[in-house]
Amino acid sequence: MPVDYFTFFGLPRKLNVDVAALERDFYELSRKLHPDLNARAASKEQEWVLEQSSLLNDAYRTLKDPIKRTQYLLLLEGVELEEQSKTATDQARATGETKKQIVPPDLLEEVFELNMQLEEVHMQKKMGEDDPALIEEIGKQKLELEGKQESLFRELQGYWNVWDGMIQREQNGQPVSEEERRQERDKMVDVLNRRNYIRNLVRDVSEALEN
Amino acid sequence: MATDRIVGIDLGTTNSLVAFMQGESPVVIPGDDGLNLVPSVVALDADGQPVIGNSARRYLIETPERAVYSIKRLMGRGLEDVKEELKLFPFRLAEDLGAGEVLRIRLGEKTTTPPEISALILRQLKRNAERFFGEAVTKAVITVPAYFNDAQRQATKDAGRIAGLEVLRLVNEPTAASLAYGLDKKQNGTIAVYDLGGGTFDISILKLHDGIFEVIATNGDTHLGGDDIDNLLITIALDDIRGDMDLDFRRNAEAVQSIRKAVIEGKIALSEQPSIKLDVELPGGKRYRREVTREQFEQLIQPVIDRTVGPCKQAMKDAGLKPEQIDEVVLVGGSTRIPKVRALVKELFQRDPHTDLNPDEVVALGAAVQANILGGGSEATENMLLLDVTPLSLGIEVAGGVTDKIILRNSTVPASATQFYTTQVDGQANVAIHVLQGERELAKDCRSLARFDLRGIPPMAAGMPRVEVKFLIDANGILHVSAREQRSGKESEIQVQPSYGLTDEQVEGMILDSFDNAEEDFRRRQVIEARNEVATILAALDKGKKSPAWGHLTTDEKKQIAKMEKALAAVNAEEDYTAIRKAIDALNQGTTRLAELMMDSAVSTALKGKTMDEADMGEGPTAPHPMAKAEFE
Repeated sequence: MPVDYFTFFGLPRKLNVDVAALERDFYELSRKLHPDLNARAASKEQEWVLEQSSLLNDAYRTLKDPIKRTQYLLLLEGVELEEQSKTATDQARATGETKKQIVPPDLLEEVFELNMQLEEVHMQKKMGEDDPALIEEIGKQKLELEGKQESLFRELQGYWNVWDGMIQREQNGQPVSEEERRQERDKMVDVLNRRNYIRNLVRDVSEALEN
Repeated sequence: MATDRIVGIDLGTTNSLVAFMQGESPVVIPGDDGLNLVPSVVALDADGQPVIGNSARRYLIETPERAVYSIKRLMGRGLEDVKEELKLFPFRLAEDLGAGEVLRIRLGEKTTTPPEISALILRQLKRNAERFFGEAVTKAVITVPAYFNDAQRQATKDAGRIAGLEVLRLVNEPTAASLAYGLDKKQNGTIAVYDLGGGTFDISILKLHDGIFEVIATNGDTHLGGDDIDNLLITIALDDIRGDMDLDFRRNAEAVQSIRKAVIEGKIALSEQPSIKLDVELPGGKRYRREVTREQFEQLIQPVIDRTVGPCKQAMKDAGLKPEQIDEVVLVGGSTRIPKVRALVKELFQRDPHTDLNPDEVVALGAAVQANILGGGSEATENMLLLDVTPLSLGIEVAGGVTDKIILRNSTVPASATQFYTTQVDGQANVAIHVLQGERELAKDCRSLARFDLRGIPPMAAGMPRVEVKFLIDANGILHVSAREQRSGKESEIQVQPSYGLTDEQVEGMILDSFDNAEEDFRRRQVIEARNEVATILAALDKGKKSPAWGHLTTDEKKQIAKMEKALAAVNAEEDYTAIRKAIDALNQGTTRLAELMMDSAVSTALKGKTMDEADMGEGPTAPHPMAKAEFE
């Protein structure tokens, strides 16, 4: 396994990251590692530079984005997010739901309603009809969903702080139990899944409203 | 020895240019006709020899079947991609083309590929640069539209190789333009580059930060440009002619090219004038005349230029920026001279765009800046660094024909992604992977880049092997793939079947066909050029011997000249350029007095002091010249 993104930037595996400092480091390292500035090196060296600069870019792209950063950390912690969504899909299939991801229970009713409305908009578009009241209603729901997405992100940040505190304790030599780690991890996985679900919904709604 | 001189090349749809960094600023190298722009036109003359640039243009009208233009539209494309193009462009494809194959085009009696035609243009630029520097040029930075996909980039790189150029970097055109602009104003801020050229449209949004040019988002359309406007005008003219004169010239290449020439001139004039009059002589002697007002023109092109709006909005959305957050807008490409285009840009970005640099040259100038950075930099480019992105998402086909995106568009390059594969059947040794480029959900709607076969997976139970496949997009925007089976540590063999691309073997073959690729060839060309000069000076000497001036030379002088003449003839039979050159110079020296005497007796004293060579032939170029000298009466 090659060096992980946190280690690459010399960062602890914490989720609160100073993005401005990360950007400065990224620029500084780019000035050393970018292939353009090493174009006259020997071919072996150029291969190394290509490897390192792609690692730098991949690491920066992942760490600067709060959601990607969280997902990446969970991956390092052994959570197979893809497996997760696969399980979710299987579950959804088993319950007769066609959605890829399981619907968060507190959203079930709302989502059902919204999907009906989106379907209607779609049909109307096909027929060349227009229902401003419906569009307005969907627009309102979109705002609400975006609000939910926001609050889920704040919830996630709350878990970040708990996680970072745990890592700090570990760094200070206090042991952290595997059970505690797993619990914190699972909370983040759960909130990410819910957030992803809503994000996809927002995207569907935006598309329906734009087209 | 190869020198480290690296030139910057803009290989355009309509025109191509070569530039280099002269001291602190980039300059365009003119061709032997003194012009900076080399039209991207290639023709075959009656002897089957390629003619490139301005001198190829007349073939478009005289022998259209022996000329080709806008070849960039076909780079890295397959038969399925170009159906639309073929309705509007007079490309003559080989009849036996199959799906997924590299396009082959008939040009006169030859059949050739788009990279080979582009290579001829590149070779002309290479020669122009070599004549300018007086030495071989083997390294270049070549620009490509930012929205070019992997296959189009690979085709451009292949063209460079075929032309005998080591392509050190492919740079995106709008980004190159930003480098040229950024050179004099080193500042921080956000800029948008709107690049509407002959055949392609790009929009790039960059963040400038202490010399780092970081592309945040890019978008575009590789089939949108001035060509599309020309085609609208041509279609109208052909319809007019059919309606009013009852003549159908749609299949008459000569007529179409005459009309094309006229409408392009008209289009350009309309950027300055309120109206123009088209007047075209048609085969059969009739004339087509029509007035076009700017208003009509603007109405006509509105749908074409409106197609740039979507990509601009998408790029801003991807960058997470609103128009008011963009500090400056830069215009690139000849089509941005159209006032209506400028108005559209102003409306989109809510500010007046910059037009300080010549939109036809700015990309080549930027390529020269990038060439300088790659060559180790100079005071002017110190601290400058380009961080570009991949314009399209990279994906792989997964079950159900769905695209699984593994590197998202607008990721800074180099970028990589790792995927794990396993087997479905016990002892399975191969896994097929289909790599795609594009934003659509379904694999069939994306662009097929390549199909890879992972081979030599050690025999294991189904699901046991764990093959790690690494996808890496390099700084040129070109994909590389490597694979390793993790349990055995064995490198898997990858067989690449590029979609619409040339294989390495094919490119190698084409390089061998080209006689202009290496240092060796440069020397050979120098010898040929020197021999032409020998022929010239010997002819002049013959003439001198018959002139009255010959009688005024002393016997000794005559003996000396005869000796040098013999020496020249001797080295002329050898392949040593330097020796021939020396003998020419010696004879030139030795005949100075003869030249003077000839001039005294015959022509004006203004030519005094010239040697034989110059007296008879006029001023020669100071650097090696691939063409025979012009006749001088």
